[in-house]
Amino acid sequence: MSETLSTDHAGRTLQGTSEAGDARTASPASPRPARRRAGRARLRLEILLLAGPAVIVFLAFVIFPVILAAYYGFFRWKGYGAPTDFIGLTNYKLILADPQFHQVLYHNLFIVVLSLIIQGPIAVALALLLNQKIRGRSVIRVLIFVPYVISEVIVGTGWSLMLQDSGAVNDLLQHIGLGALKASWLSDPHIALWTLMGIISWKYIGFAVILMLAGLQSIPEELFEAAAIDGASYWQIQRRITLPLLGPTIRIWAFLSIIGSLQLFDLVYIIWGQYVASTAGTSTMATYMVQEGRGAGNYGYGNAVAVVMFLISLIIALIYQRFVLRRDMQGAVTEGRK
Amino acid sequence: MSAIAVEAAPGGKPVKPRRSREVSWGNPLTYFIALVFIAICLAPVVYIVLGGFRTNSQITKHPAAFPSPWEFGNYLDVLKSATFWGEFANSTVVSLATTIGVVVLGVMVSFVLARYDFAGKGALYSLFAAGLMFPMTVAITPLYILVKDLGMMNSLAGVIVPQIAFSLPTTVIILVPFLKAIPEEIEEAASIDGASRLGFFWRMVIPLSLPGVVTVGILAFVASWNSYLLPLFILNDQSTFTLPLGVQAFSSQYSVDTAKVLAFTSLSMLPALIFFSLFERRIVGGLTGAVKG
Repeated sequence: MSETLSTDHAGRTLQGTSEAGDARTASPASPRPARRRAGRARLRLEILLLAGPAVIVFLAFVIFPVILAAYYGFFRWKGYGAPTDFIGLTNYKLILADPQFHQVLYHNLFIVVLSLIIQGPIAVALALLLNQKIRGRSVIRVLIFVPYVISEVIVGTGWSLMLQDSGAVNDLLQHIGLGALKASWLSDPHIALWTLMGIISWKYIGFAVILMLAGLQSIPEELFEAAAIDGASYWQIQRRITLPLLGPTIRIWAFLSIIGSLQLFDLVYIIWGQYVASTAGTSTMATYMVQEGRGAGNYGYGNAVAVVMFLISLIIALIYQRFVLRRDMQGAVTEGRK
Repeated sequence: MSAIAVEAAPGGKPVKPRRSREVSWGNPLTYFIALVFIAICLAPVVYIVLGGFRTNSQITKHPAAFPSPWEFGNYLDVLKSATFWGEFANSTVVSLATTIGVVVLGVMVSFVLARYDFAGKGALYSLFAAGLMFPMTVAITPLYILVKDLGMMNSLAGVIVPQIAFSLPTTVIILVPFLKAIPEEIEEAASIDGASRLGFFWRMVIPLSLPGVVTVGILAFVASWNSYLLPLFILNDQSTFTLPLGVQAFSSQYSVDTAKVLAFTSLSMLPALIFFSLFERRIVGGLTGAVKG
């Protein structure tokens, strides 16, 4: 991602100036040549003052911790004092050999794939539906965003109460004559992962729908009108015009969904707790990291897990961007150039 | 995420004049499906809110039923408890400080990235864009150690500052296109009238980028209000808990008193919901520009 964006910006910078080295003077401030020299120092000061605070905060609290994680990952370390017990790649070897890690990785991949399969089509269908000129559209939008806006803790607390063996869901099933479907939604290892999928879909599909709606609204109305004049039916218009033009939005949503699924933590940790998750079969890489790292006091190991998780996300993201998002990013670059 | 960088027109699209004749009631099936979907979205929320109006014996006997009779004691108890208001205050302080910090730092650095030319500009933008690849989950352990070493454990600042840092990438990526879209002519006019670049920044850029600022501000506020992982690591002292930690502590402390847990839970989600509903149109408007393919 960063590569595409950086070339974009480099390209933009080069386009705006004749020589790259002269970039500073060729700023829009140049109509005042007499003050150029003093202006240049002043310009530098302005850049420093305006960008400095954000850059410092960002480097100190985002980039630095990520680098630290990579460093700590090479140590056996309990979190007190400076790490001294350098063990090289041992942590990484242990992680890759741990059957429990294989299991959590499988859970994460399961969630990635099913999120795409379940949420994608539903979100597109609903967005098409809600994109029609109907009354109460703005109210509907606010309402479908509700699950996305409330916090994971509340979602977790609410659902875990409802899904208890003697909870509302089973009670409701009993009432409507589907008592046979009653289940131990949270503790049965055959069902728990699917339960988690249901809750994830419920929580995040509103976001997907809103994203798709935003994408749909940027398709020029004239296209639909022209197609309608040419005698295309509603479904033909959706299949031939809407879906292809919605492609970039769908692919961007899928990217966000994949990264989110790989980093899933809050919901699992809140609903299943850090110890039950592994027996119910819903633990993820992130809960494994917290359990084996901070929970067990092995901070070095925990950091190594974080690094593995990051690398897996990065590799998947890069592959995705290389093969799927590539055209979109190029489109983005040209469109962004105003 | 990076792709959100695509294009954000200030203020989103101009609102089309409403041609009321064209808004028909449309297909009843559309409404039916929309209603079913809304019902699925809202049912658990309604369950939480209504559950707070029931007694524990009602909940035990019929887990899925309406309150009968309505019981207001749970909500009153929560509203009278110092714990709830303490956590409410902590959440408010953290969310407001995070929002202000993100907006101030974000607008400043985005302005530089959008309107100045200097060596390393592309690299700086890429650095922030790459930040989207570092979710807090990955960095949480070292972040916790860093905050501990800085002596900010159990202080709200220990949550606020890292949250600002982690919200910067999204903010920069949404705001830069907004600031770029301000026409050059306005800047030239300002400069002819004797305004310096900073004067232009204060008098013109801030007001003109307001829609984008509102969007990132709301996103930052809601994210901070709901944030769980970071407070979980940083705040161990009950008096510093924010509401998400409070909800969890409360629900394990009063695990027998389901009704009160539900009342506590629904009161703690109200502020974010209200805040979001008030500004929802602006967010979708802002994103409409941002996710354009």
